[in-house]
This record gives sequence, structure tokens and C-alpha cells, in this order.
Amino acid sequence: MPKLVRIPTPLRKLTHGDDTVEVVGATIGEVFSELETRYPGIKERLLDEQGEVRRFVNVYVNEEDIRFLDGQKTPLKDGAEISIIPAIAGG
Amino acid sequence: MEKHEGFMKALKCRECGREYPLAATHVCEFDFGPLEVAYDYDRIKKSLTRALIQSRPQTMWRYRELLPIAHEPTVGTQVGFTPLVKADRLAKHLGIRELWIKNDTVNYPTLSFKDRVVSVALSRARELGFKIVACASTGNLANSVAANAAAAGLKAYVFIPSDLEQSKIVNSQVYGAQVIGIKGHYDEVNRLCAEIAGKFGWAFVNVNMRPYYAEGSKSMGFEIIEQLGWQVPQHTVVCMASGSLLTKIYKSYQEMMKLGLAPETKFHVHGAQATGCSPITTAQKAGLDFFKPVKPNTIAKSLAIGTPADGFYALRAMKETGSNSDDVTDDEIRDGIKMLAECEGIFAETAGGVTVGVAKKLIASGRIPANASAVLCITGNGLKTLDAVVGHVGRLREIRPNLREFETLLHTETEATPTH
Repeated sequence: MPKLVRIPTPLRKLTHGDDTVEVVGATIGEVFSELETRYPGIKERLLDEQGEVRRFVNVYVNEEDIRFLDGQKTPLKDGAEISIIPAIAGG
Repeated sequence: MEKHEGFMKALKCRECGREYPLAATHVCEFDFGPLEVAYDYDRIKKSLTRALIQSRPQTMWRYRELLPIAHEPTVGTQVGFTPLVKADRLAKHLGIRELWIKNDTVNYPTLSFKDRVVSVALSRARELGFKIVACASTGNLANSVAANAAAAGLKAYVFIPSDLEQSKIVNSQVYGAQVIGIKGHYDEVNRLCAEIAGKFGWAFVNVNMRPYYAEGSKSMGFEIIEQLGWQVPQHTVVCMASGSLLTKIYKSYQEMMKLGLAPETKFHVHGAQATGCSPITTAQKAGLDFFKPVKPNTIAKSLAIGTPADGFYALRAMKETGSNSDDVTDDEIRDGIKMLAECEGIFAETAGGVTVGVAKKLIASGRIPANASAVLCITGNGLKTLDAVVGHVGRLREIRPNLREFETLLHTETEATPTH
């Protein structure tokens, strides 16, 4: 069973307007590479020059921030939902 | 055809400087950096003078050239210009020469500094043609969006963690807003709202309206300067949730100096957090440029943001100004609330207890020198977080309506506390 990535508004130009994308990668890192193959240019939006997730990008697997999991090595179970969210403001 | 956008020039990415139109958008498409309003300072400098400001009504809108709307404000026209109180008794208690309280516990209409940001966000939302407004909130913002939207005839959806203080929930519902409780902490509410905002075409004040919204906080700093006789204070202590308020106070001081409205001077903006949610102060004390996200656990729910969006910029502002920060426990927060109430007659919510508690630590350790002058930004009213202090503020003594019983009670008390 594939996994689902929710694409945030700022990246939808790259995904031709699609707000969700199905992927098969086994980790977050693999999913980023998979997205890059399908939507060239998307990886550099998400990762900085050192290959780290950009400072203002938050990535969640089934609602948990990957910084509380295993970062880009976080494994993905079948049916996992991945959200990419810009940094969060106060309230 | 050129559109009239007041003194705004564009939205600009704080990271890479790319420019965007002045729409309801908050993130750079290239690097996800936050967008900020860029102003035409040359034009502002020509038109904005102290005399002009002083000729206007005493509201936050007297600085309107420096606030991001194109036309006259239409929402929250009465907000701001809260008292700056000289706090001599608290100064003595904390051991500092001079202390001021910027008292946003009495901000209009919902008793927190959030009315400042909301009046800007909703005025701008109307300019952009929105009919539905929304927010993710730890409580104060929800109250303010609900009230100001009601007064403006806008429909409001507010999203809050479902375990919020009862008073903050009721204080949103009473205005007829759609109040949605999310089973999760604020970071989860906000993540959901980011996804909702991407799907529905609403004006989310702290998501897609954030570049405008956040600028409203500057008015607190402008007022402090004017109320101090057009002087930038040496030391300001600000509580931090996302860190936005601290960065905007810093910006307001810089703008006033840049425009020649206040003399150039060195200043410090110190940050305050609750120990149970202290990603920014932990990084600041360790000398780091970036924070590590945390899962919040504190009575200061209005500050409980574990992944603070402006944490990076708050750290940078503190570093550039040689400022400090610290955090306080739940007990120290309650002590802070009581100190402010007993010394100055001002009842602050838990966030105010954080600010007072941290100020005490900074003064005691010499990080704010004893011979200095400081301003504490008190951002919300204690009536909203009664739950946090119930049972910690003395007990109710009951007597029958009988003079002798009262005299007995007074006699016992006098013996117990001979100094009174």
C-alpha cells in the first residue's frame, strides 16, 4: 500500500496543482528523492545545501514531527500520511 | 493600473529577499522563509512626525503609516494606547532603580495584546475582500478574532486546543464565533490550520495573513517609546511563545530610531518563557542560533508553542542586542502574578507571571543591572486564567454577619501578622 504526501500550497506549482501525491519510499529521505524524480526542483525547496530539512520546513509523519522521530531516516509504514508544513506562528 | 497600497511596497522573504505581491500569502515559494511587509521608509519619513502622531486619537492607529494596511483601518479602530505604568513598588521589590509596566491587560476590546495584531489582520483581510476569518489559537487570539470579527460583521472560525481554560473558550463563544476544539496541543492545532488554510479560501490571521498580522505587535513598542517621552527603553522584557512579539518590539524600536522619531541608542530586548516550554530560552542560554522543538507542559498555556515560528529571529534579535533570556517554573509564574498584583494592582494572566518571574531572575543575577530602567510587557488579563491561580491566593474566611465575630477574626489576624 502506498503512502500519501500532502503538498503545501507553496509547492503545488511544482506538482501541477496536486495537493496530495502517492509515494512508495520506505523512509522520509527516500520519499524526498522520489518526489524529486517526479517533480524536479522540489528537493531543493525542502532541503538546504547541506541536505538538511530547511529551517522553516516542518515534516510530519502521521501527525508527529520527524524531529521527534528519526529525521530523514524515519521509516514509513504502509498507508502513512506525510505532511509538509511551513513554520507555525503564534496565537 | 497601479493599485494604492499605502506605504507598503511588497511582501519580502526574510531569508532570500524574493519579493511577492501584497496578497494573503505568508511563505516564500522557494525556501519556505516567512514573508514580511516591506515599506517605503523614505516616504514615511517625509510624512510622519511626532506632531502628526500626537495630533491623532490615542489608539495604536496613530502610527498607521508603519502598519500594513492600504487605507484607513476598518476593524479595531479603538485598540491600543494602553497605560505605561511607573511601577515603583515592584521596582523596589525586584531591586531595580526604575521599572515600567506596559499594561496590555486592559487592551480593548478583549484584554490582551492580541487585539493589536487582529485589528491589523482583519482590516487588511477586508481590504483583500475576505468574508470569513479564522485563526489557530492558544486562547487570547481566539477571543480577539471572535470579538473583532463580530463587530465587523465577518464570520469567524477559531481553532483551539480542547483543554484550554474554560474562560478562554467562553470568551470566544459568546461572540457567536464557530469555536472548534482540537484534541491536541497548539502545535497540532496550528499544523491542522495550515492544512485547512491551504484548502479553504479563508483569511487565517496567523497563517496566510501572518505578514500583516505580526506587524500589529509593533504598535506596543511605538507606544512605549512615545509614553517614555520619545525614548527607547534600555531594557525591555518580553514573553515569548512563537517569539514574534519580541522580534516586533525590536523592529519597532529600530524603526522609530531610523525615522528620527527617537534618538539613537543601544537597547536590550530580553526574552521570557515558561520552563515547561522553553525552546527559545534554552537555545539562547546555550548560545545556539536555532532551537530544538519541545512538547509543552506548563500552566502558561498562551505561551505553549513547542515549535516557535519566529524562534530563530527572536534568538538573532537577542544576540544582536546583547540581550538575555530565562525561564520560570509554574510556581515562579504564580509568584510573578502575585507580585505584580500585590505591588501594582495589576492582575496578569500566566504569561505576565512569566515576564515578571523572568525579570526578577535577570535583575537578581545582574543581567539587568540594578541601576537600570526596564519595561515589562504584560500581554494579557488574569481574569482569563483564573484556573491557574485558584487555591494559590489565600483562602476565603467566612463569618456570620456579626460584629463580634469580625473583631475576633481581625484580632487573630493582627496577632499573626503584627506588621500590618
